[in-house]
Amino acid sequence: MKAYYDLHIHSALSPCADNEMTPNNIVNMAYIKGLDVIAVTDHNVALNCEAVLKCAKNRGIVAVPGMEIETKEEVHMLCLFPGLDEVLKMQSIVNKALPKMENREDIFGQQIIMDEDDNVIGNYNQMLLTATGLSIDEVFEKAGQLGGVVIPAHIDRDSFSIISNLGIVPDYLGIKYLEVSKACLVSDFLSSNPYLSQYSFIRSSDAHNLGDLMEKESSIEVREISIRGLLDSLKK
Amino acid sequence: MKISEFADSLQMKVVTDGKGLDREISGVYICDLLSWVMSHANKGDVWITVHTHLNIVAVALLVELACIVVPEDIQVEEATIKKANEEGIAILRSGKTSYEIAVEANRIIGEET
Repeated sequence: MKAYYDLHIHSALSPCADNEMTPNNIVNMAYIKGLDVIAVTDHNVALNCEAVLKCAKNRGIVAVPGMEIETKEEVHMLCLFPGLDEVLKMQSIVNKALPKMENREDIFGQQIIMDEDDNVIGNYNQMLLTATGLSIDEVFEKAGQLGGVVIPAHIDRDSFSIISNLGIVPDYLGIKYLEVSKACLVSDFLSSNPYLSQYSFIRSSDAHNLGDLMEKESSIEVREISIRGLLDSLKK
Repeated sequence: MKISEFADSLQMKVVTDGKGLDREISGVYICDLLSWVMSHANKGDVWITVHTHLNIVAVALLVELACIVVPEDIQVEEATIKKANEEGIAILRSGKTSYEIAVEANRIIGEET
């Protein structure tokens, strides 16, 4: 069956995202748009995943625990996990690899942690909008050990993309899927980059505000609409 | 100037197994966006980059760069060194910054010509 998705959404915990990106707002917007599966993937952190999962469950939407990790090569990687335990284990690995710098809210924005009722339960002090010390290879290794899937993010962009920063997609990491950004047409992208035709693609929004979530237009074939069903398809 | 002489003059450590040190240097290129290096560096350049990922070897081969220089004593992954050894691309490491290496390189390459 088809699952309509948006697997790259930032909540208010990402400093660059609007504060209106609360768990309920995100889930309700996804519901209005008719999406089946979403993933909130904040920069180097996963502390709003639990609230998003609870909200999504109430709306009958599947939310996948995830985060967008910035590797030491300054490449953004979407990482999706089978459960909250796994994403929080990954977060702990990522946190140890982040520089010990405090966020500057006046420059980068607030990093807000919320519960399932959109109550603010904390402000995350550590600077999130920066590279971790983890290499791409280490992100694949650690996320893989936790049963996660790693997808190079927005590879059509000129910054923070595996192609811009590393020139070519490494062939030894078992990469199956690449992500292109919302405005990118996969067919056009492939006609100018035919060497990438061996890969499958997902197209997600990278939304930092509510209006930017995907319409019901990106879909993936899954055996069932569940976290496991989605991750299995992404591993194929 | 050969890479081996260049490495000696700037007191750089050769982290690979010594292959490729006889290549001639024709210039220096500094950039950390590998896609940019692929399309803008020139054959025979010494390439200074903070990247240590395996792909630097592929880029060096593709552009036919003379060698790779990693500044500021950044550790190079074993996988990268292994690949560089297989492909005969020398990787040099320096404690200096890219700027300091470039300034010295300009001096010694300038003295030669």
